[in-house]
Formats: sequence, structure tokens, C-alpha cells
Amino acid sequence: MIETRALRKSFRSRAGRQTKTVDAVRGVNLQVAEGEIFGFLGPNGAGKTTTLRMLATLIEPDGGEATIAGADLRKDPAEVRRRIGYVAQGGSTWDESTAREELVLHARMYGIGKADAHRRAARALDAFQLTEYADRKCKTYSGGQRRRVEIALGIIHEPKIVFLDEPTTGLDPQSRAHMWDEIRRLRTEGMTVFITTHYLDEADALCDRIAIMDHGEVVAEGTPAELKREISGDVVLVGLDLDTTPQAAQLLDGEEYVTKLETIDEGGVRLHVEEGATAIPQLLRRLDAAGLALTSIELHRPSLDDVFLTKTGRSLRES
Amino acid sequence: MKLARDTWLIFQRQFQLLMRNPVWVFVGVFQPVMYLLLFAPLLKPALNAPTQAAAYKIFVPGLLVLLAIFGGLFQGFGLIAELRAGVIERSRVTPVSRLALLLGRSLRDVVSLIVQAVIITLLALAFDLRVFIGDLLLAYLMLALIALMTSAVSYGVALKVKSEDALAPLMNTVAQPVLLLSGILLPLTFAPGWLQGVAEWNPFSWAVDGTRALFAGDLGNDKVWQGLTIIAVLAAAGVFWAARQFARSVR
Repeated sequence: MIETRALRKSFRSRAGRQTKTVDAVRGVNLQVAEGEIFGFLGPNGAGKTTTLRMLATLIEPDGGEATIAGADLRKDPAEVRRRIGYVAQGGSTWDESTAREELVLHARMYGIGKADAHRRAARALDAFQLTEYADRKCKTYSGGQRRRVEIALGIIHEPKIVFLDEPTTGLDPQSRAHMWDEIRRLRTEGMTVFITTHYLDEADALCDRIAIMDHGEVVAEGTPAELKREISGDVVLVGLDLDTTPQAAQLLDGEEYVTKLETIDEGGVRLHVEEGATAIPQLLRRLDAAGLALTSIELHRPSLDDVFLTKTGRSLRES
Repeated sequence: MKLARDTWLIFQRQFQLLMRNPVWVFVGVFQPVMYLLLFAPLLKPALNAPTQAAAYKIFVPGLLVLLAIFGGLFQGFGLIAELRAGVIERSRVTPVSRLALLLGRSLRDVVSLIVQAVIITLLALAFDLRVFIGDLLLAYLMLALIALMTSAVSYGVALKVKSEDALAPLMNTVAQPVLLLSGILLPLTFAPGWLQGVAEWNPFSWAVDGTRALFAGDLGNDKVWQGLTIIAVLAAAGVFWAARQFARSVR
């Protein structure tokens, strides 16, 4: 649905007399399949928004190519515009207008006729549970309501792809969960959804596939599960009494599924294993056979933050 | 026809929002009305005009041109607010005509200017100003072209500077000399030679002269077509330039 090759963009910024060139995006290659929720994960300033704005025809790339929903970004941006929807990060509604007015206007800017635009607006208001507030001014809406209006605007013309730039930033947890449901609903309706986010849990829970971006480059790409599997495997924490710990450690150290074993000072062992799901039953059987009782067992799967850390040397939470 | 349709669409939206808060039309007309009521009475003796009505024939056209220039030049502020709200970016991801994004807004400004001009004219009629309707309509055409140009330029500059703090001094710096060099308040016939020479280069000075000729019922005066032509050409250039700003990357 989206294919980019070596997409780049640099900006010139001026500080005093010196002009400095900042490479915001340095050669991004992406493939997004039809009907998936694709996520761009990365810290602020990684180049996510710049890439998105290029794909949405808002800024012209310095180099590279992209095909979006079958249209060539460089040669036919007008056609790209017709096929995509875009929801900016900072909002896009006017305080003094109502949601219905905004939706009708936006539909009509896509060349849709008046009656049809009104029908679509009504349907969108209904789908996003906004009918109740439809004729109130946007300035009276809550953050979550306003965000829903903006998403509704982005898809009023039924695009094949919708780009959502940080759709849940600034929302309270409840509105965020609600927004996730809305985004999943778009996928069910056959839309390809491209979101940017700097929330690990969002990328993990919502996206079918993600690309991790840092300093203008894609450093990793895959499904969240794949990416996490790529690094180090799982960690199993086995809680034991202090006096049985050495025996258990000795017992488990020889097991083939254990790649690394550390004892814990308070009692117990930390095991690095390929796959927790298959290791746990085996080690439980082993300990049970030896008559060793455990006090607790925990499985730690690597998080996307661990992936980010491995790829960039920094934690996403710090950057 | 897409351009006409899109322009109408944007115009309707902008006009609807203006009508939601029509007080702005009257705020805009307040200053010129004050000039008309509190400054114009000084003119009969100052200009050595035979009657008050004759003084108005000189002053009212200048006042209307002033209104058109200033009314247009400060429209950019509204656009900066729209930029900040993301409305412009949202428009630019749609296939809507970029020229229409500009024209729809500028035409709203033209309409609101004409409403203001009619208010001023009606008030001046109460002070015994008399002008032929045909001449008056041509004068309104001149005003409409001026407003179209100044509002387009204001929008273009707003898209470039993107901040009210930069736009305000910029527009004031442009507007002040333009105002003084166009003989709006007093005709430049009083000016010394060098000042008249400089004013020759000010297109608004031509516009004021043309509008004055129309109010004087002097339709055949060369100043009329010269003023209209100069302003029309500049309006076209301003619109062209500003539409390009809408087409370029803006946030």
C-alpha cells in the first residue's frame, strides 16, 4: 500500500550567521501492506512527523521515491491527496465551527457534493459517537472528543490509507483506550492505518507492524513480537528459599534451554531462556523431580524498549 | 470550474464565520466613521472648499481607499490563527485548489469592505455628498481591487512570517508611508514638488486620484482608467504570489 525508497529530507536552520543543515530523514525505506496498522515508533525529533508529512504531500522530499495507494508521490501528489487521509498532531479544527460544519466542509474540499457531504458527516458523527455534540462549537469539546472529530475529518472521504500523527498524545487513559478501539475499527473497515507514536505500549498493543525510527533512520522493522524475539529471548525469575538456591542453580545450569543463569541474592535464580513458554514447564518438572519447592515464578518478555535499547544504545524512556 | 466551486466553498465558510461575529464589520468601520464625523468638518476651511459637500467629495474617496488598504492588510492575523489551529494544513492535504484557499478568503474580505464602504457612503450622503450611481459603482470596483490586493498580500506575508509579532510591525511599516504618500487625508496638490515626485511611484496615490475623479463625476478623466489598471495589475500579481505561498509548504 505504501512503498518508499531512500526518502530523504533535510532542513536548513539559521542560527545567527551560520546556516546549519539538519538531516531530518535520511533514506527511509518502508513497505506497508494493505489493511494493517503500521506504527512509527521513536522519540521526539526522530523524523517521524517529517516522514509522515512527506508521505501526505505536505512537504516535498529532497530525494527518494514513494508510491502511495498506487500513486507516485513525486509525479502525482494530487492523486495521492485524493487517496489518503491525514490527521495532524496538533489538531485541525476551528474553535468557532461545529463538528458537523467541519466534516461537511472537509468532505466538500475533496470534491464531494453537498448532499453527500451531509450524509457522510452524519454517518461519521454517529460512528465516532459525536452526534450529541455535533452542533456545538469545537471549542466546547473535551480533548478526546476533539481528537475524534479530527480522525473523522481524516477519513470522511473514505481514503485507502489514513495517516495519524500521534493520535493519542495528550489524551487521558480512558480516551486513549477509546481511540485505540476507533483505530482498530478503521482497520476492520479495510483501511490501512499509519500512525506515529512515542508510546511503547501503544506500538505494542495497537500496531500489526512497526518501524523503529531514530535520528532520521529506520533502525528496526517488523511485528512487535518479531522485534522482541530478535533480542535475547525471555527472562524467567524463579523464587526459591535461600538454602535451596544453590542446589537449584546447579540443577538448572546444565539444562539446554537455559542460555544464562544468575542467582539472586534474596534467594532464587534468574534464567535467560530462548522461549519462556517452553522453558517454564521443563524447569518446573526438573525442580519438582528434585523435590525443590519454589516460592514464585515470573516470566519477563523483552519489551519494545529493550529493542530500542539494543538498536540505539539508549532507552526510549530516556530520550 | 473546480476553481470557482472551491473558491465558493471557502468563501461560504469564511463568510459564515464572519456572520457569526458580525461585530467585526462594525469595529472596522468605527475608525473611518470617526474621521468622517470628527475630522472632515475641519476640511471645508482647510481646503478652501466652497461647500461642505465639495470637501466631502475630496475626503470621502480618500477615506474609502484608506479603509480598503488597512482592512486588507490586517487580514493576515486571522490566517495566522488558522495556521496555528491546523486548519490550513488540513486544507492542504485535500485536493482543494490552492488559489481557492486564498481567493475564498480574500473575497470575503472584499465583501466585508464593500459593506463598510456602503455604510460610510450612506453616512456621507447624510452630509450632502452627492455622487452618480454609475461612478460610485466604478469607485467600489477600485476599492474591491485594492482590498483584494492588500488582503492577498497580507495572507501571503502571514504564511511566510507565521507569527503575529512579526506581521504587525511589518504591516505598519508598509502601511504608514503608503498612507502618507497617497494623499488620502489631504490631496497631494498641496505637496512640495519632491513629495509629489515620490508619490508618483505609489500606486495607491493613483488609486486615490482615480477614486476622487469618480466621486467628482469626472468619468472621462485619465486618472480613472489609469488607477483602475494599475490596481488591477497589482491585484493580479498579489493574488498570484499569495496563492503560491498557499501551495508551498506551510505548517
